[in-house]
Amino acid sequence: MNTMTNQQQANILPDEWTMILRPKRSLLDINLRELWQYRDLIMLFVKRDFVSKFKQTILGPLWFIIQPLLTTIMFTIIFGNIAGIPTNGIPKILFYMTGIVGWTYFSTCLNETSQTFIKNASIFGKVYFPRLALPISVVISNLVSFVIQFVFLLFFLAYFMIKGSNVSPNALVLWIPFLVLLMAGLGLGFGIIISSLTTKYRDLTHLVTFGVTLWMYATPIIYPLSGIPEKYRIFVLANPMTAVVETFKTALLGVGQINYIHLLYSFCFTIVLLIIGVIIFNKVEKTFMDTV
Amino acid sequence: MQNVVIKLENVSKQYRLGNVGTGTLSHDLNRFFAKIVGREDPTMKVGVANKLDTIDGRYVWALQDVNLEICDGEVLGIVGKNGAGKSTLLKLMSRVTSPTTGDIKIKGRIASLLEVGTGFHPELTGKENIYLNGAILGMTKKEITSKFDEIVEFSGVKKYVNTPVKRYSSGMYVRLAFAVAAHLEPEILIVDEVLAVGDAEFQKKAIGKMQSVSRSGRTVLFVSHNLTAVEQLCTKGILMQNGTLKMEGKVHDITSAYKQMSVDENELRRSGTRVMEFLDYKMSDLSGKTIDEVFLGDHFSVTANARSNEQIDFCDMTLDIRNDSNEFIGHITNADDAFEIKNISKGKTLGISVTVKNISFSPGTYYISLWLGNSYGTFDYIENCIRFTIKQGDKFIGRPFPFDKRAKTVLQSTWNFK
Repeated sequence: MNTMTNQQQANILPDEWTMILRPKRSLLDINLRELWQYRDLIMLFVKRDFVSKFKQTILGPLWFIIQPLLTTIMFTIIFGNIAGIPTNGIPKILFYMTGIVGWTYFSTCLNETSQTFIKNASIFGKVYFPRLALPISVVISNLVSFVIQFVFLLFFLAYFMIKGSNVSPNALVLWIPFLVLLMAGLGLGFGIIISSLTTKYRDLTHLVTFGVTLWMYATPIIYPLSGIPEKYRIFVLANPMTAVVETFKTALLGVGQINYIHLLYSFCFTIVLLIIGVIIFNKVEKTFMDTV
Repeated sequence: MQNVVIKLENVSKQYRLGNVGTGTLSHDLNRFFAKIVGREDPTMKVGVANKLDTIDGRYVWALQDVNLEICDGEVLGIVGKNGAGKSTLLKLMSRVTSPTTGDIKIKGRIASLLEVGTGFHPELTGKENIYLNGAILGMTKKEITSKFDEIVEFSGVKKYVNTPVKRYSSGMYVRLAFAVAAHLEPEILIVDEVLAVGDAEFQKKAIGKMQSVSRSGRTVLFVSHNLTAVEQLCTKGILMQNGTLKMEGKVHDITSAYKQMSVDENELRRSGTRVMEFLDYKMSDLSGKTIDEVFLGDHFSVTANARSNEQIDFCDMTLDIRNDSNEFIGHITNADDAFEIKNISKGKTLGISVTVKNISFSPGTYYISLWLGNSYGTFDYIENCIRFTIKQGDKFIGRPFPFDKRAKTVLQSTWNFK
């Protein structure tokens, strides 16, 4: 289908119309220019999310750190000490924390994006702005909390290194920005798809929180990849987040495997996912207000 | 030919009633895949020809085949009863949802005010919400900063601009929200009944602001039930009814048609045995031209055609006149003029006309109810079927300022020193 026939830019249309609104729209049309025009709005949404989370709280932004910290402690006690799952010689706290910090960015992106349409139905129904602006603002505001948690993690890392543990962050650390992008892409992609589907099938939102938790267990966070017996490893590897989290851990802790093929798989998975997400999103975007 | 900035071509909008979808995910998936591949919808009932027709009667056309052209600088008033499709039309133009069929062509930036305070977050301060709301409505941060002082000034919440809006009174909230939207500077502005909120002072301010916006040459689309505001602000009007564009023209014609439409509806209360019934009725001036407005002291006629369904020996007709507070103000009957209506044979149609001279009720809006019957009972009674207004003129009384609305009638007088 020729995307030009439904193009919405003035320099291509006859009659110099700025815009033509039609019932249908080409499948892959994302108006990036429009998103850029609305960048102030995206940043204001990010600001709104932050401010509203911490107004009238005592601890404020400290909550960004407290949550992963508490989870780490819990994992250490339950999985590390009681269940006795091996951590490849790395101090348990550090092992879990690294995995958690890595995972949290992805899971919060996914959870929050999947609720975009439902949570913001009232604004969407009254005014137009590029609908993708909201999921994108979610990805950005979670990035900020990720950075805070990451810095916190580094402090822990430094502490353990000084103490003499055999953790050795290495040059793989340079991959981290790319990994973050992958996580954002996966979270955004899945989130958009689910969000589009929830406009019709509300019960999917319940599945999401539940599903994300299960997904965490399918990713090497509370166990190292090497801890999985060979014949089951293929299932864990089918999970695109596996390579991301493993690489994240290997980069910071120096122990574990990095496999470029697995990373490539995650990358391709993310790209395909984003494309499908955009297609579904576009299909739903124009008329979801009628059914949400 | 004037510059057309919005053009609607065969625009229709369909909504599904009740629950959306076939009801189960599996059936819906089935339908979805079939659609992608291009096959027929496997869940559609046999015999249904057109997909857009009512499937199980669960679809409704909120808008049907609307064709409209709006030119640069026009201030268009859109009126119609609730459910006529006005808000749907605005939603389509604001890109909140898209048309089911047809095209909407737009030239220029549109900003819509469909609701006051869109996106306001209760935890954020007034200042933060100004930025957020402004950005949602399409302004850039720079624009908002340059207009910030004006906006605060207009809304009158300067002292509270750094307090979270959840603390604001509802009046302050509405003033602030409107202030932001009022300072948008798009080429095309769409406003949906937002002037209905707020106290009288706010409404005055809001209308004043809308007037200056329209005077600055922008195209404005304005939906309102407040016909006075529509007449004040708009140059052109359209009347929507049941999803179709019923009428397009000068704003006063449209508002009169709308008012008359409210009267014409079948919901008019009508009672009586109907052994004789009114076929039609109208109010006219003495030359016979249909009117709905007279000046104080003027004359007018009411003419009604009535058909008798049986042999009737004698019959009376009365006009009851009520004001818009439903108070009974005037009563006219054929007996006043010793006019007899009698010996009407079955099937005969009569035209009866009554002329009223020197109407001396206070200027305002009035309703005439027509009654036909005799001492044995009512033949036909139609309540409030004719609506008319009495305007102050200087023919009857030379009062140079408006009448006191509390007085029901107007009296002529001469004054002297003694």
